[in-house]
Amino acid sequence: MMPLTRTLDRGSTLFLCGLAVLAIVVPTLNLLFPPSSPLHVPTYLVSLFGKYVCYALLALAIDLIWGYCGILSLGHGAFFALGGYAMGMYLMRQIGTRGVYAHPVLPDFMVFLNWPELPVYWYGFQHFPYAALMVVLVPGALAFVFGWFAFRSRVTGVYLSIITQALTYALMLGFFRNNFGFGGNNGLTDFKDILGFNVRAQGTRAVLFAVSVAALMLGFLVCRAIVTSRFGKVLIAIRDAEARTRFLGYRVESYKLFVFTLSACMAGIAGALYVPQVGIINPSEFSPANSIEAAIWVAVGGRGTLTGAIIGAVVVNYAKTTFTTGALAPYWLFVLGGLFIAVTLLLPRGIVGTFRHWLTERRRDGVAKVVVSPVPDPRPAE
Amino acid sequence: MDIRTTSSLLYLDGVTVSFDGFRALNRLSLAVEPGEMRAIIGPNGAGKTTMMDVVTGKTRPDDGDVLFDGSHDLTRLDETEIAELGIGRKFQKPTVFDSHTVEDNILLALKSDRRARATLFRRENGEARERIDRILDIVRLGPVRARLAGGLSHGQKQWLEIGMLLAQDPKLLLVDEPAAGMTDAETRQTAELLKQINRNHTIIVVEHDMAFVRDLGVKVTVLHEGAVIAEGSIDQVSNNERVIEVYLGR
Repeated sequence: MMPLTRTLDRGSTLFLCGLAVLAIVVPTLNLLFPPSSPLHVPTYLVSLFGKYVCYALLALAIDLIWGYCGILSLGHGAFFALGGYAMGMYLMRQIGTRGVYAHPVLPDFMVFLNWPELPVYWYGFQHFPYAALMVVLVPGALAFVFGWFAFRSRVTGVYLSIITQALTYALMLGFFRNNFGFGGNNGLTDFKDILGFNVRAQGTRAVLFAVSVAALMLGFLVCRAIVTSRFGKVLIAIRDAEARTRFLGYRVESYKLFVFTLSACMAGIAGALYVPQVGIINPSEFSPANSIEAAIWVAVGGRGTLTGAIIGAVVVNYAKTTFTTGALAPYWLFVLGGLFIAVTLLLPRGIVGTFRHWLTERRRDGVAKVVVSPVPDPRPAE
Repeated sequence: MDIRTTSSLLYLDGVTVSFDGFRALNRLSLAVEPGEMRAIIGPNGAGKTTMMDVVTGKTRPDDGDVLFDGSHDLTRLDETEIAELGIGRKFQKPTVFDSHTVEDNILLALKSDRRARATLFRRENGEARERIDRILDIVRLGPVRARLAGGLSHGQKQWLEIGMLLAQDPKLLLVDEPAAGMTDAETRQTAELLKQINRNHTIIVVEHDMAFVRDLGVKVTVLHEGAVIAEGSIDQVSNNERVIEVYLGR
């Protein structure tokens, strides 16, 4: 598609290699070494990191539209959750007669609600390829329709952020209802198999981890290809001066609609990989606070850097895990709020952005030093 | 679409725009011939910027005709379509893409397929580079080509924006206060630059600076309260009673 050298500079190649090593080493250490060995990675950690990787993919999706096109979506959790639900529906259909009510077709919650038959929109989800298609199609279609109206009406900035919050909130209220047909309050859980393998088995978890990292790598590659193309330059132009871009003759809404839809599809895939690893999907995933938190990961890591979004998601979630399991648990939200304020005030470029800025400054200082170094000029000045 | 109703490149007739009851343009009529450079002056609130907004599709007029090249009704098109027809605009406040290099700013403005799919799969080649070099030469920004546009001086940003207009290669250039905030030397250079560009482009310049307009030495249209009150050479209009009254502040 595009010249690989442009897509992959040294930094991103190293980063991809790092991810590849992670995808191989973590499952290997988990599967090949017995629990008694010091090299063994416990299975719960594999799943925990698998969850972080899914969050990282979500953060990457947000960075593509926020960092490069200036679209701050505070509703990306909705696309993540929709992808998750599509996967959850597949996993529910795999339970079959092993449910509490042992109904061959209906999931437990439908039997409990006395539903006579499967709703039409649950059809086909017993087939993995169909479910996998829905994982991408449903969030993508919603984003396309939403974006089509929002971008054509030129809703931008904070107004767009607010309506994305409304979108995810509305979906949350819908999914909370029992008659919506997605398990209401409890959501979908008690999964047994994925593609015939036990979801709780150690091997399945290791593979899910590796697949999640592979998805993240693919997402990173796609994003790099986009932001380094001429298309990516137009995205940055839109972020910097939208009206100018329009007067230059670019159809701004097509550009926005494309990245927004692509970003939603990525979020959907992230959600789909997340669900089998955590074992549940419920309406709380749609909560507006989740989407805001995801935007914070990106801000912490560094907007418009791609690698920053991934690092930010992992760092903040690791901190969250540490803080919420222990004496400090009640204070996590204060820490998160404080972190956001601190990053906004002290590190507006985020971790990776600040590091890159420091590198260029240093390189420039280096060049300047060479220029002013007292090397005698062999020719007289003109 | 080939039925030309006028020989003018840009033709405005009876254009009226109201904002909350305030008439920004009041049955404005104006015709600019192909190849012409026209200066438009007028006190604050005379409707100069609104006129540009109407021509570029940012504002829809309540009434009146706006024809481009005799056959395109600009009141039915949006900004993107109008830009594609060949009308370029320079804003009053220089607007360039701050986080792109000078070179990339020009690259984005170069005439080319603007559709999303085309830009996504385009391979950059040397042909664009040649055109960029030529434009950077004209606007004298060659030495700073690799710098980020956000780090340029005000005057350099103005020139970069003019360079972007050139890259667009439009039939008609609308230039809003190109000399604003420039030093005297920069102002003179800008006048030279515009004259050079005028050799193969039609230009409309909106300006406050009378010395600058005098430097250009072109036909002047004076706007007041959204309508034309005088038209002619700078000497003619500056001797016009009504112009002296409203514009020169007597």
